[in-house]
Amino acid sequence: MQEIRRASYSGTREGLFHYITFLAALGLVALVLGIFFLVTMQAAPAWRAFGFSFLTTSIWDPMHNEFGAVPALVGTVLTAILALVVATPLSVGTAIFLSEMLPQRLRRPLSFMVELLAAVPSVVYGLWGLFVLAPWLRTGVGQFLTDHLGFLPIFAGPSLGIGVLTSSLVLAIMVLPTITAISGEVIRGVPTGLREAMYALGATRWEVITRVILPTSKPGIVGALLLGLGRAIGEAIAVTMVIGNANLLPRSLFAPAQTMASLIVNEFPEAFDLHLSALLLLAALLFLITLAINIIAAWFVHRPSPDATATDKESVWARLLPKGGG
Amino acid sequence: MAQGVNIENFSFWYGPTQVVKNISLSAPERQVTALIGPSGCGKTTLLRSINRMHDLTTGTRSEGRITVGEEDIFSAAVDPVDLRRRVGMIFQTPSPFPHLSVYENVAAGLRLHGLARGKEIAERVEACLCKAALWEEVKEHLHRPGALLSGGQQQRLCIARALAVEPEVFLMDEPCASLDPVGTMRIEELIGELKHDYTVLIVTHNMHQASRISDQTAFLLNGEMVEVGITKEIFLAPQDPRTEAYLTWKIG
Repeated sequence: MQEIRRASYSGTREGLFHYITFLAALGLVALVLGIFFLVTMQAAPAWRAFGFSFLTTSIWDPMHNEFGAVPALVGTVLTAILALVVATPLSVGTAIFLSEMLPQRLRRPLSFMVELLAAVPSVVYGLWGLFVLAPWLRTGVGQFLTDHLGFLPIFAGPSLGIGVLTSSLVLAIMVLPTITAISGEVIRGVPTGLREAMYALGATRWEVITRVILPTSKPGIVGALLLGLGRAIGEAIAVTMVIGNANLLPRSLFAPAQTMASLIVNEFPEAFDLHLSALLLLAALLFLITLAINIIAAWFVHRPSPDATATDKESVWARLLPKGGG
Repeated sequence: MAQGVNIENFSFWYGPTQVVKNISLSAPERQVTALIGPSGCGKTTLLRSINRMHDLTTGTRSEGRITVGEEDIFSAAVDPVDLRRRVGMIFQTPSPFPHLSVYENVAAGLRLHGLARGKEIAERVEACLCKAALWEEVKEHLHRPGALLSGGQQQRLCIARALAVEPEVFLMDEPCASLDPVGTMRIEELIGELKHDYTVLIVTHNMHQASRISDQTAFLLNGEMVEVGITKEIFLAPQDPRTEAYLTWKIG
């Protein structure tokens, strides 16, 4: 009876359900496009006033309505890249350890703890950076670097505790769970048959990891790194708290700087007219950059594996969805 | 150098479940020994014990003795990594390394063990591909990805890859399970060639295949070995009624 009744209703019910989910999906796309449209609309005056020189000049002076984004662009790229340099070995290493070394029963709890890092609110990372990492970099480590490596331009000047280095380290910790989780998925997706084939040739675990697992999961790991990069570039609150907020090109890793996101956070509340428009132009750029990075990352992560014989069941690339990220 | 494999009173457990029960079997050198039996009878588990593949899985346990040549593979002096070089394995699903070319797939083992360098590598790769009856088909595209070959060619590539590290024994776990009849035939011909130089143990679901290619056949059921003997005799005049039932499709 149940079956028959269900069948007779299914037409309208299915239709309604289809309609609701379609509207929800459409709404989401409309929302993203709407945000982008509004931001670019309001960014237009600044673009008309400065054009490409917005991207090539370094003076950011709201008093004289002069706006050049170079310090913010450099700060953004510099902190994000440094964060990735620190986070990559840590997170790929963690991913390998979690998926290849650890006994099955410890995998879940430990993976969960790594993923928990992604659940910590940005502002908490910012506070940690400000009250734990910054003093540490100002005195102990900072002093050591100044004393022994101060002759290097990158460690020149006094270590104030807040600046490029502190921001990069905070960002590194923030992108770590994203990169670890996705790299781990990709690594676990390497078909068992490939591992066994390498073991069967007389390879050690280390050789299986370096000669089969890492090379075959490289595209996915690159995708994971790009997602981490997207997240580092877009991060606002934590960076704002520890970067020092100076609209200058950073002279060393200890120097205060500014990122696109931190500049917006700092100045948005008091900005109006052309200043506001310039900030929104930055926002539009940030939007486009992170969008592009995420699209490229998704392409890398979802790219079909070159192994034509791998079935869908084997290839986790197919069901892999970026978690967290940008 | 081909080496015989001797299994004595071997038992194997996955956790609390015993899947191989006190099996003794001798696979003489330069012969093909086929392991047949319904799914879940323990034949693959037995095969994978011979190169200690189970060491990679936690919660497994075994008892009894397996020797390759004169050497007890479970003795403390044997490094399972070295054992796996000496006991080659071919799997059910062809598994060429997808990031490597045909050439590099075969060279992988040579590089791994430093068995050859420079020009020697190219010679060894060619020799192995010839021996695996694949050279003529791939010599024009040695640098294309190995994964682009057909299923049967991939399996022969895997055989060439295993040949490169100079094993003494070949373990084959249903090597034709995913191949079409032509691919299957080529592998069977190849096994006929390989047995001149190697000891071959093959798990197969295809009884016709067992009767075509093997010298000796062992029939396993529920982890026990029911019967072992010269292939012709097993197929023509099985001693045990259960073997007869299986061969006439009454079990499994």
